[in-house]
Amino acid sequence: MQSGYKLILGGGAALGAAAAGGTAQAQTMNVSVTIPRLTVAEYHRPYVAIWLEKEGAAPRTLSVWYDVDKAKGEGTKWLRDIRQWWRVSGRTMSFPADGVSGATRAPGEQKIAFTAGKGPLPRLGAGNYTLVVEAAREVGGRELVRLPFSWPPKTGAAVRAKGNSELGAVSVSFSK
Amino acid sequence: MKARYLIAGAISALLLSGAAQAHRQWMLPSSTSLSGNESWVTVDAAVSNDLFYFDHVPMRTDNIQVTQPDGTEGKIENSATGKYRSTFDVHLTKPGTYRIASVSTGIMGGYTLNGEQKRLPRGTTKDNLAAAIPAGATNVQTIEASNRNEIYVTLGAPTSTIFKPTGNGIELVPVTHPNDLVAGEAATFQFLLDGKPAAGLKVTAIPGGSRYRDSSGQIDLVTGADGKLTITWPQPGMYWLNASTGGGREGGEGMGAPGAGSPAQQPQRPAGPPQRRASYVTTLEVLAP
Repeated sequence: MQSGYKLILGGGAALGAAAAGGTAQAQTMNVSVTIPRLTVAEYHRPYVAIWLEKEGAAPRTLSVWYDVDKAKGEGTKWLRDIRQWWRVSGRTMSFPADGVSGATRAPGEQKIAFTAGKGPLPRLGAGNYTLVVEAAREVGGRELVRLPFSWPPKTGAAVRAKGNSELGAVSVSFSK
Repeated sequence: MKARYLIAGAISALLLSGAAQAHRQWMLPSSTSLSGNESWVTVDAAVSNDLFYFDHVPMRTDNIQVTQPDGTEGKIENSATGKYRSTFDVHLTKPGTYRIASVSTGIMGGYTLNGEQKRLPRGTTKDNLAAAIPAGATNVQTIEASNRNEIYVTLGAPTSTIFKPTGNGIELVPVTHPNDLVAGEAATFQFLLDGKPAAGLKVTAIPGGSRYRDSSGQIDLVTGADGKLTITWPQPGMYWLNASTGGGREGGEGMGAPGAGSPAQQPQRPAGPPQRRASYVTTLEVLAP
């Protein structure tokens, strides 16, 4: 990666960096979230939020999976149940959020990729980050998994973690 | 002199019984932190000993006012009063923090006229006090009381417009926003009395769910010279928070509660300058981390 990254602090869109990309290829963050298959009488797909934290910067929401298609935006009523995300980021956003809002996903491994400088993922300054995945399920529980990594990452590097109840294996890997 | 001692004894008895039988006035919202383009909260309002169980008398709702995040007046809807509690709804149509408040200010007291003890009528205020005391009255005793029972609910991100102090009675000024409380974290609030920092104010916080444990779990705090105090919430849940000054009953059951203003609840005081009494009650929701 090139030098010249700098972190912009303050304001709502704090977690980003303005840096000329030069000839370097954009970094891609590949996120995998396994939603466990549960044998319960009443199952609803969980609401899931994926966001990025960096000490001293406002967290940046990358993706939120909820009932986006309900009439009159009624699916947003329960966003607050993804409670840690709601507190650090969600409550200051408006919904649907362009490039961030998405439908709930089925049990199994779900993949989503973010490219630095495109959509919800800004170009990032060097430093230590945490990718956080939080799931909250109607008539179910809530769980949060944290994946720390440093930026710029080594291509091929990966961080893995595992939830116990509402999340299965969660990982982030980096490619160009 | 003897009569005065008797009166003083009566006051102590009243205050003691007030402390022992702390009927607490409270409002309990269905949610304090909400998402969505618009939302509703429903509120239970009652007076009881145990928190938050409606098993004594309902709180009256005719004096409840809603302030919307932009400072304009909102309204309560679907209000109903039963044997033990009242209930009402508030429609949240704008993002930000709402206040739902029952505030009363009035003057209690009495005087002697032609050798007979008289009490000031209910509804006496600073403005009509002079008219309420007839010519020739002696031994005039007055207590100015301000009771505030208010809760806060937020749609979206918390805002602070509604916390602009009015300068009347005890008011809470957030350092930590009351709709942004998390167990294990410290929250700081400032209290004002008539618009000025309330130094040395006794504040108690009691977690709900008291029926299912042996101790009240009461947290006792005192404000500093700047009127501020800090609470570290031991566990998530709803907390009843009360501050009072001037010897009023805990919980602010007074002007706003049924039965208030009955002769038994109007302690006699020696004549002198007006006494100041104020109470503040809120219900705070502390979320899990």
